[in-house]
Amino acid sequence: MNHAPKNNSLDLARIREDFPVLARTVRDGKGLVYLDNAATTLKPRPVLDAVYQHYAYGASNIHRGVHFLSEEATRLYEGARETVRRFINARETAEVIFTSGTTSAINLVAKTWGKKNIAAGDEVLITHMEHHANIVPWQMLREETGCVLKVAPINDRGELMMDEFEKLVSPRTKIVSVVYTSNSLGTINPARDIIRMARLHGAKVLLDAAQTVAHAKVDVRDLDCDFLVFSGHKLFATSGVGVLYGKRELLESMPPLMGGGDMIKTVTFEKTTYAGLPARLEAGTPAIGGAIGLGAAIDYVTAIGFDAIAAQEKDLLDYATGLMTEVPGVRLIGTAAAKASILSFIVDGVHPHDMGTLLDAEGVAVRAGHHCTQPVMQRFKVPATTRASFSFYNTRADADALARAVKKAIEVFA
Amino acid sequence: MTTQDLYQQVIIEHHKKPRNFRKIDPASHHAEGFNPLCGDHLWVYMKINAAGVIEDISFEGDGCAISKASASMMTQNLKGKTVEEAKAIFSDFHKLVIGQLNPETEANVLGRLSIFSGIWKYPARVKCAALAWHTMNGALGRETTVSTE
Repeated sequence: MNHAPKNNSLDLARIREDFPVLARTVRDGKGLVYLDNAATTLKPRPVLDAVYQHYAYGASNIHRGVHFLSEEATRLYEGARETVRRFINARETAEVIFTSGTTSAINLVAKTWGKKNIAAGDEVLITHMEHHANIVPWQMLREETGCVLKVAPINDRGELMMDEFEKLVSPRTKIVSVVYTSNSLGTINPARDIIRMARLHGAKVLLDAAQTVAHAKVDVRDLDCDFLVFSGHKLFATSGVGVLYGKRELLESMPPLMGGGDMIKTVTFEKTTYAGLPARLEAGTPAIGGAIGLGAAIDYVTAIGFDAIAAQEKDLLDYATGLMTEVPGVRLIGTAAAKASILSFIVDGVHPHDMGTLLDAEGVAVRAGHHCTQPVMQRFKVPATTRASFSFYNTRADADALARAVKKAIEVFA
Repeated sequence: MTTQDLYQQVIIEHHKKPRNFRKIDPASHHAEGFNPLCGDHLWVYMKINAAGVIEDISFEGDGCAISKASASMMTQNLKGKTVEEAKAIFSDFHKLVIGQLNPETEANVLGRLSIFSGIWKYPARVKCAALAWHTMNGALGRETTVSTE
C-alpha cells in the first residue's frame, strides 16, 4: 500500500481505493463527494485493518497481563506511541500522552497545569478564531482561579492581527493557547512568531493542531512549543483517541487529573504513589485499538508524504476557490494568505442550513453551522457558514460537483 | 419525500415573503426561541383576548428557509383560533415533524401545514420546522425563552 508519489503527483485512483466509504452512494444513488474533512477524515484500509486485527485477534488489555496476547497488545500500543513521537519529533515517548481527543487534551492542560500555575490576575491569551474546545476550558479555569482571558483579534481576511497579538503578550501571560489551523476559516497561524513573542515574556504555548496534522509536517522540537494537541479522527484514524504532547518537565509538573488503574505505582488506603510518564496521565484502560489505528494512520500518511499531500491540497484549494468565486452571490469567509484547504462561504438569501441540505441532495457532504466557533461567526456577522473542507483524496471533480450543487441550490431560491 | 419536495415553492415563497413578520406591541403573550445548534433565533408575539381567541400573532427573527416558512405559516394558521385549538394543532404538528402522524391516513387538524410531512426524514432539520411552534407553545405557557436543545 505504498503510494509514494513521483514528482509530488498522487495516484488518486489508487489512493481512493484505500477508502472504502468513497465507493458508497448516498441519497438515491448519488456518488459520495466527501467535503467534510475538517469535521472528520475518512479512514483508509490499513487503519481499519489495524483496528480490526487488534480486536479480532489481539483483543487483550495492556500493561498488566503476563500472557502472550497482553504483551503483544502492550507492544503495539507502545509502538503506536513511538510512531506518534517520531511523527511530531518529540524527544521521547514519555512526552506523548494518549487522550480521547483534542478536547480532552486541552482540558487536561487547563485543569492540571493551568490550575497549578495560573492564579488570579494571571492571563491566558487565545485568539478570536479558537474552536470552543480552546475557549471553554480556559473560561472554566477563569471561574475557578480568577485569571483573565485575553483574546487576540483577527482581520477581515480571518488572519490573526500579529501587531495586536504582540501587544497582548505581557509578563502576566502564563499561557498562549492558539489554534494552529482554523477549522472554520482555514487560516494557518504563524506558529513560530507566536511562540517567539510568547517566549519573550516567559509564557508557555499550547498549539491546537487538530486541523494541521493531516495536512502538514509538524515538528514540536523545531517549533519549540510547550504543548501540542490533536485528534486521531482528523488524521485518518478512529474517533476516541488523541494526543497531548508536552515537554517532559511540564508534564512531570502536572498533577494527574484522573486517578485510577494504570497511573499508580503503589496504592494503600493511606497513600498512593503515582506512576511516571506517560502512564501517570493515562488512568484507566485507553482506546487501545484506536491508538494502534492512529499509528497505522501515521504510517499511511507518512508513506504518501506531506510534500505530495500539500501540493494536492493546494491545487484543490486554488481550483475550488476559483470556481466558487465565479458563482454569483457567493462570499468566502476566511481569505487568509496562508490557508488550509477549507472553504467557508455564505450565499445571499440562502441560509447555510438550507445550502447544506441542498448540497446533500446532490451527494455533496459539507458542514453547515457555526463549526464550534461562534465568536468567528459573530466577527463576520453571519449566523453560520457552509464549509467545504478538502483532503488529499479529494479530486478536482469533487470541487466541480460542489460548485455545480451550489449553483443548483441558488436556483431553488431564485 | 425528496429534497426538492422539502423546498417546495410554498416554502420558498413564505421564506422570501414571510407573513405577519412584525412585532406586536403590546403583546399579551410572547417568547424568544433559540436553536443553539444552528443559530436560528426568533420571537413569537400574540394578542389573546379574554375569550381565549388569538386575535393577532406575529414573529420576527432570522433562520433558514424551513424555520422561517414554518413560522410564517404558523401565524397564518393560528390567527383567529382559540388557545385550545392552537394547542391541538401544535400537538399534531409536533407528531407530524417527528414522523408519528401520517396526514394522508390519519385524522388531523393540520390543513396546509401538512406540507411539512416527511421532514422527519431529515433529522437535522426537524428542529428548524418545530422552532416557531415550540416558541409559540412556550409563550402560551408564559415561558420567556425556549430552546430546542
